[in-house]
Amino acid sequence: MDRMTELPQSLARIRDDFLELDQSDRLVLLLEFANELPELPDQFADHPDLLERVEECQAPVFIFVEVEDDGTVHLHATAPKEAPTTRGFASILVQGLSGLSADEVLDVPDDFPQTIGLTDAVSPLRMRGMNALLSRSKRQIRAKIAA
Amino acid sequence: MAIEVDSSEEFIGYAHPERLVSTGWLQERLSTPGLVVVESDEDVLLYETGHIPGAVKIDWHTDLNDPVERDYIDGAAFAKLLGSRGIARDTTVVIYGDKNNWWAAYALWVFTLFGHADVRLLDGGRAKWEAEGRDYTTERPRPTAVDYPVVERDDSSIRAYKDDVLTHLGEPLIDVRSPEEFSGERTTAPAYPDEGALRAGHIPSAHNVPWAKAAADDGTFRRAPELDALYRGEAGLSDGDRVIAYCRIGERSAHTWFVLTHLLGFENVRNYDGSWTEWGSAVRVPIVRGSEPGEVPQRKG
Repeated sequence: MDRMTELPQSLARIRDDFLELDQSDRLVLLLEFANELPELPDQFADHPDLLERVEECQAPVFIFVEVEDDGTVHLHATAPKEAPTTRGFASILVQGLSGLSADEVLDVPDDFPQTIGLTDAVSPLRMRGMNALLSRSKRQIRAKIAA
Repeated sequence: MAIEVDSSEEFIGYAHPERLVSTGWLQERLSTPGLVVVESDEDVLLYETGHIPGAVKIDWHTDLNDPVERDYIDGAAFAKLLGSRGIARDTTVVIYGDKNNWWAAYALWVFTLFGHADVRLLDGGRAKWEAEGRDYTTERPRPTAVDYPVVERDDSSIRAYKDDVLTHLGEPLIDVRSPEEFSGERTTAPAYPDEGALRAGHIPSAHNVPWAKAAADDGTFRRAPELDALYRGEAGLSDGDRVIAYCRIGERSAHTWFVLTHLLGFENVRNYDGSWTEWGSAVRVPIVRGSEPGEVPQRKG
């Protein structure tokens, strides 16, 4: 339970929302997340070169992490509508990580995707796409802090 | 077969044209008793975003694979799955999906392991249905459950295990992965997750025919003369050949299995579903790197 209490509130709430549901409703919630993935802000839509492709995902998904001067993180992501599962994964992280501090994001356990109760509904293999999104987001943050 | 076949002109020349239906044919028969439409996609949520009216969903990961062992579900689980979708043993099943029917063909192959007689693909899959502006719905059908008999899976005729492939060496093998995976530059399809293989390359003597070469731009299968040129021409297959196809986990090669078996009429084609994630991690199996098929080695003592 220790680790769970350490999880940022935004992510803990998302996890709890999934865990409360039965398996088929978890997919429905994931689809809601997919539909909520915000459009890219204009500065990125016009500059696809700023975005990093997440090679581990089956669908073409791109992410970009902003770290403000005070350390606040903003995650942006885009994925095609034909890839709702990937969009859902990205949307969970966009909602769960945005507004956290860089340190808080770096402290998110790497196995967070495996704790939200989607593994059986989605399959372990597909869940790896979310691990890749999380680890690449962290890597961008580390690079930006170091810069 | 319970429902008449689609005798569309474009299917002429295929060995078993009764295995395909066109979008127009399906549209006219959507609520025909005895016909069930199944969607099978790479993305587990794509069906939920909109599907052909009345279609039920079967997912290859969560429905067709055993949740514990690396194997397909057994006869009892298959009977439960199909019964719950309103499919009886004599139902005509039409499967369609995303990505040139990649996963639809895989589902069809699994149905065939259980001997389901009348199972067909919608030529062009989701892409063509969409391109033609045909209807989708998000309304989930509630099929009345029916009894599907418990039929034990028969792996012997269309599925190959690793030992079968070792025995088969010297006979035709088709590697349907990308050229980069075939040559050993990488172990995963470009832009796909790594399912894990310790070594890179291909099975000695395999010909590389990437699976999607069998699909046209609109997602339909290439027509018979083009497929002939590809497999009997470039890949050098001859009538009567025993063929094994493989990829990384056996899904892309199920698509090629469909093409060789039902469109070109090869009667002895097996899909090696262990594929590269097994072969590339197995101890003491021969591997060739580079873009040439390579020679079958002497067996190690």
